[in-house]
Amino acid sequence: MAKRAILGLVTLGLVVTAAFASFYVVPMERTMGPIQRIFYFHAASAWAGMTAFFICFFGNLLYVWRRQPNWDWLGVSAAEVGLAFTTIVLITGPIWAHPVWGIWWTWDWRLTSTFVMWLLYISYLLLRTLIEEPDRRALLSALFGIFAFLDVPLVYFSIRWWRTQHPQPVVMGGPGSGLEPTMRKVFFFSVLAMHALMVLLLSERYRLEKLRGEVDDLRREAEAQ
Amino acid sequence: MALLSNAAVLLGKELRTEFRSRELLTTTVVFILTIVVLFSFTFNPSVGESRRFGPGLLWLAFLFAASLMLQPGFLREQTNDTLSALRLSVSDPFAIFFAKLVASTIFLLLTEVLMLPVFAVLYNVHILAVFPQLVLVFFLGSVGVAIPGTAFSAISAQARMRELLLPLLLLPLLTPVLIASTEATAALLDVKPSLQGRWLGFLAGFDVVFLTALWLFGEYLLEE
Repeated sequence: MAKRAILGLVTLGLVVTAAFASFYVVPMERTMGPIQRIFYFHAASAWAGMTAFFICFFGNLLYVWRRQPNWDWLGVSAAEVGLAFTTIVLITGPIWAHPVWGIWWTWDWRLTSTFVMWLLYISYLLLRTLIEEPDRRALLSALFGIFAFLDVPLVYFSIRWWRTQHPQPVVMGGPGSGLEPTMRKVFFFSVLAMHALMVLLLSERYRLEKLRGEVDDLRREAEAQ
Repeated sequence: MALLSNAAVLLGKELRTEFRSRELLTTTVVFILTIVVLFSFTFNPSVGESRRFGPGLLWLAFLFAASLMLQPGFLREQTNDTLSALRLSVSDPFAIFFAKLVASTIFLLLTEVLMLPVFAVLYNVHILAVFPQLVLVFFLGSVGVAIPGTAFSAISAQARMRELLLPLLLLPLLTPVLIASTEATAALLDVKPSLQGRWLGFLAGFDVVFLTALWLFGEYLLEE
């Protein structure tokens, strides 16, 4: 209990500090103005989401290998948390894009591949709801998760090659190309804060999934008697 | 070696089952034809426009058709209760997948080659000069569809809502195949046709990645 409370407080502190820094410490971006400050939230969430999907893949592989339910709990928790962060990315992206690019959405390779990845993990969670038996659900969704994760780099490169063949409608030197030192520091601090939040959510979700599994086991035992 | 001879026997079974009734092939051809005709209402099918949108709509039609065509692969074994017998009959379960994916590739390629002249006539594109190259693109693309398609048909056969589930699992995963095949086909149907080595290489890479994954993890898909 104390450990969870401490983890929660530390995460809260980190997230609040990151938010404060992105509003008051970072200098104003010359062309984009205040809207650029969403970048510290947007890109940091993207990194945290990617880490979560990587953890999901790790959990999927270990479940197939070891067949212990805790790897299944890790897989589903990481997929859900990763999906939450990717959703944040897909929502904050257009909020930034509209004033800067003049459009909410463009079929640029980064946007598109993030969207496809989001769809893949939605399918992963959907698949889990459609298989009743826990062991079968864990195994089949783990296998789908492995296939989906292998697909992510392929999606990424195919869209990248495809889009670079066509001229871009919006010419834009991304914020990643050369950051001012303070921006850089705040950005990496935000990445740290978002990862802490991701770990917190993941461990809470894992606990929930574990309890759920135990309740299911007890229910089955009760029904068998 | 046992793998190949087992797979050959199973492939014979798959082909016999299909060619006895030709149910799957007939319905898929009609389905693709319907989509190709319906697509003509969504844009002005002049020669220039067809060249721009044609390859994409053709591949989209193939992907939709494939996501329906791959459905019975394992469902049939499930409903006829033949899956356990099948698994016991081979030393390596990969033989089952290999046979099914080769059969699916043959069926897909057959429908695609059947539909290609119809598409060429309806949308005024020239295919005769580049026919062998087109078949190569279609082959690599179809293998790319058939490998994850066979794996996921084993998954969806064990779930509820299976008819809807397979396209849902398969179509987002096939984004790279759609892009690469469409680009390669478009380059061949262009005014100055060219064979795009990099997209063919990409398709071959996709096929190798997922074939390896299926080879490594396939046996777990069929566990009781």
